[in-house]
Amino acid sequence: MSLRILVGVKRVVDFAVKVRVKPDKTGVVTDGVQHSMNPFDEIALEEAVKMKEKKLASEVVAFTLGGPKSQETLRNAMAKGADKAIHVEIPEGDVAKVEPLHVAQAIQKVVEKEKFDVVFVGKQAIDDDASQTGPLLAGLLDWPQALYASKVEDGGSGTLKVTREIDGGLDTIKVKLPAVLSADLRLNEPRYATLPNIMKAKKKPLDKIAAKDLGIDLTPQTKILEVAEPPVRKAGGFVADVPELVQKLKEKGFVKG
Amino acid sequence: MLSTLCKSSIRPSIYRTRWEGLSSAAASAAKATQNNAQETSKKPQETKSFAMNLFRGKAVLDQVFPYPLNLDSDRKETLQMIIGPTEKFLQEVNNTDKNDERAEIPREVLNKFAELGAFGALVPPEYEGAGLNNSQMAKLAEIVGAYDLGLGVVMGAHQSIGYKGILLYGSEEQKKKYLPDLASGRKFAAFCLTEPSSGSDANSIRSTAVKSADGSHYVLNGGKIFISNGGFADVFTVFAQTPIKQADGSTKNKVSAFIVERGFGGVTNGPPEKKMGIKGSNTATLNFDNVKIPASNLIGQEGEGFKVAMNILNNGRFGIPAAMTGAMKFCIQKTIEHVTQRTQFGKKLEEFGDVQEKVAMMLARHYATESLVYMLAGNMDSGVMDYQIEAAAAKVFASECAWTVCDDAIQLYGGMGFMRESQLERVLRDLRIFRIFEGANDVMRLFVSLTGMQHAGKHLAQVAKEIKSGGIATLLSELTKRVGGGNLGGSSSELVDPSLKDAAAKLDACMMEFGKTVEKLLIKHKKGIIDRQYELARVANAFINIYAMAVTLSRCTYSHKHKLSSAEHETKIANYFVEIASRDAMSALKVAQNGHDAEQALIGSVAKEVLDNGGLVQKHPIDV
Repeated sequence: MSLRILVGVKRVVDFAVKVRVKPDKTGVVTDGVQHSMNPFDEIALEEAVKMKEKKLASEVVAFTLGGPKSQETLRNAMAKGADKAIHVEIPEGDVAKVEPLHVAQAIQKVVEKEKFDVVFVGKQAIDDDASQTGPLLAGLLDWPQALYASKVEDGGSGTLKVTREIDGGLDTIKVKLPAVLSADLRLNEPRYATLPNIMKAKKKPLDKIAAKDLGIDLTPQTKILEVAEPPVRKAGGFVADVPELVQKLKEKGFVKG
Repeated sequence: MLSTLCKSSIRPSIYRTRWEGLSSAAASAAKATQNNAQETSKKPQETKSFAMNLFRGKAVLDQVFPYPLNLDSDRKETLQMIIGPTEKFLQEVNNTDKNDERAEIPREVLNKFAELGAFGALVPPEYEGAGLNNSQMAKLAEIVGAYDLGLGVVMGAHQSIGYKGILLYGSEEQKKKYLPDLASGRKFAAFCLTEPSSGSDANSIRSTAVKSADGSHYVLNGGKIFISNGGFADVFTVFAQTPIKQADGSTKNKVSAFIVERGFGGVTNGPPEKKMGIKGSNTATLNFDNVKIPASNLIGQEGEGFKVAMNILNNGRFGIPAAMTGAMKFCIQKTIEHVTQRTQFGKKLEEFGDVQEKVAMMLARHYATESLVYMLAGNMDSGVMDYQIEAAAAKVFASECAWTVCDDAIQLYGGMGFMRESQLERVLRDLRIFRIFEGANDVMRLFVSLTGMQHAGKHLAQVAKEIKSGGIATLLSELTKRVGGGNLGGSSSELVDPSLKDAAAKLDACMMEFGKTVEKLLIKHKKGIIDRQYELARVANAFINIYAMAVTLSRCTYSHKHKLSSAEHETKIANYFVEIASRDAMSALKVAQNGHDAEQALIGSVAKEVLDNGGLVQKHPIDV
């Protein structure tokens, strides 16, 4: 097989950053905060690059919809093995308003223009945890989907055999190509970008497309009412014995009687 | 005052003769870096160096304001891409405690680090390097310094000095032949200067390299000690004496620099030294026994070796402050974790004024050092050449700040800080060497003072000469300078953010006092100043504090200009630092001006009596 794989990568606040809510409660602070590639997208990318190394794929293209700073994420993707990148650019200020449907629509347009056999995304982004881009895209394209992949193999005659971790066991399915895949945590361990590859990435092509040229409507469909910090956990207390514990639970109304 | 000067003008030639004899690397190094200027023109050199001018009583701030850090978006992006994997490597692959315990960094760990480009940071991409500039490299060194100073030394010994000679002075063939393997970490390099009888006094090395009769090669003999990476390096930059024919037909030994490969034969090394700290790094003796070096492996010209060595060290010197910044950041982070958790006397440690003072001082020291690092690196990136005093000052300041910060962190940890588990004891052991190697701080202080004073002395002599030969304009300008109580010719107060005006006024006052002090000392001691180490050390301390203040104010102003969210906080740190540093500088200058002859006499005689005695002289109070 020589598949062309499109990998969706998203620029998110780094997983190690302690996220802080903006004072006006409209979102989280992103200014001056370390960002990196969504870890699940990194896993999707790694799998695509591995498929290319196994000669299952012929080309890996990284895709993102995001502000000018997302270019950094695409360069990083190319340093990790993507052959080229497509950047659907929007103003930095609009980044927080992007919804999974917008991304799915943008990918749909790209896939309709260029022929891809697989679209690979992370199972979710660690910022909004929506987990919707993959399934929405499969719906828009009317392609089969294989979500939460923990193993991807050649299924023979134009199919992929995908193992998914589900409650109580493993679910193995065969999908006909073209298909939409999403990567789960244990699919692989992404590699570091080595220096020679970082240098090479600078010379790889990065296509920029303005969102409006794709003919997609980025009007938000949801409205954020409020973003708040999780409530601070109150300090606990010690009880001397079980009767006192029961007594306290009754006082607080957790136990009836 | 002027007449005294005229009668006994300080002649540069006297300096030179005296310095040849002075067995101090400081003096000879000062000479090496200034050699060209001296030989090409009799008139003293003009320079934009802040340090050089300050010794002349002039505040030339072009190389300090505005803060020179300038990374374009492409360089920032590259750095960003390198930092992520580097931090992951340091957290997940490299095990600092294990390296310390086993006194070794496994080769496969080094190989992994090499893949990230860490061993060829400054090498251009055409030689398989990362092509970073100094500012980017500093950030990398800072991160490594925060995690593992031993690894930092392996890295520095390899690229900051090990093969720096090839990068700076190598021919195109030498670069093509050696840099790709070295930059990619397929081979390692070491810098071989120190010998058993030649430490700080680098010009006194005894290794020899004699050219063969047919001129095809040199034969190297000699032994080197304390060579970082010496046990496993494949390529060595070796310094040795070569006999050189003089114009009058006689031969004189002069230092030359060579690229020596282990494979040349006759190269052997001793076992790894057992050290106090930076144990993961390998330190070994090296022996060169009739090693045949192809003539094409000479670096630069015959006899240029000392200059090559000094400029390599000079060029790589900012790496130490960078690593120190990282180490301080680590200690501060540990301190924050501890003092916000630990309760004693019913209060969190953070609530005690004494603890707060220690924390504030840690922050000030870290802020000033960090500011120095990117000042130096930024200046080097913009092509500034005469930064040797500034770099030496930064090395001294950074290594001492880091030591104190780590020591304070341990103090705040109490008994727990003494235990291995806190990791601070390892950092303290690792930090100790930074005040010794790559130019011992004491020698660096003399280097700072003597280089500056030599420059100032030449200008003073020139002034005296011009007045003597009827230079009325010179006389008038000198008179105005003196009558007006001195004129700095520049002021930091006009350049800083308004929130730093008071601090800048303090800095200006220190700069004014500094110029006065240097002039007084030169007029009082003339050429004899080179033996006045009591005064020289204090002048150096004052300079180091003044430079650190100027740089801190410049960086803080930069933060305001770029509207960084932390600018207000930084103003507080900068103001606090200047408060302390200006007081220290003023008191050092006061002592230097006074000279305290009685105290100096005591120092001399007390030390002499015990040293002559070969042991303590005093009787024990329990006289049994």
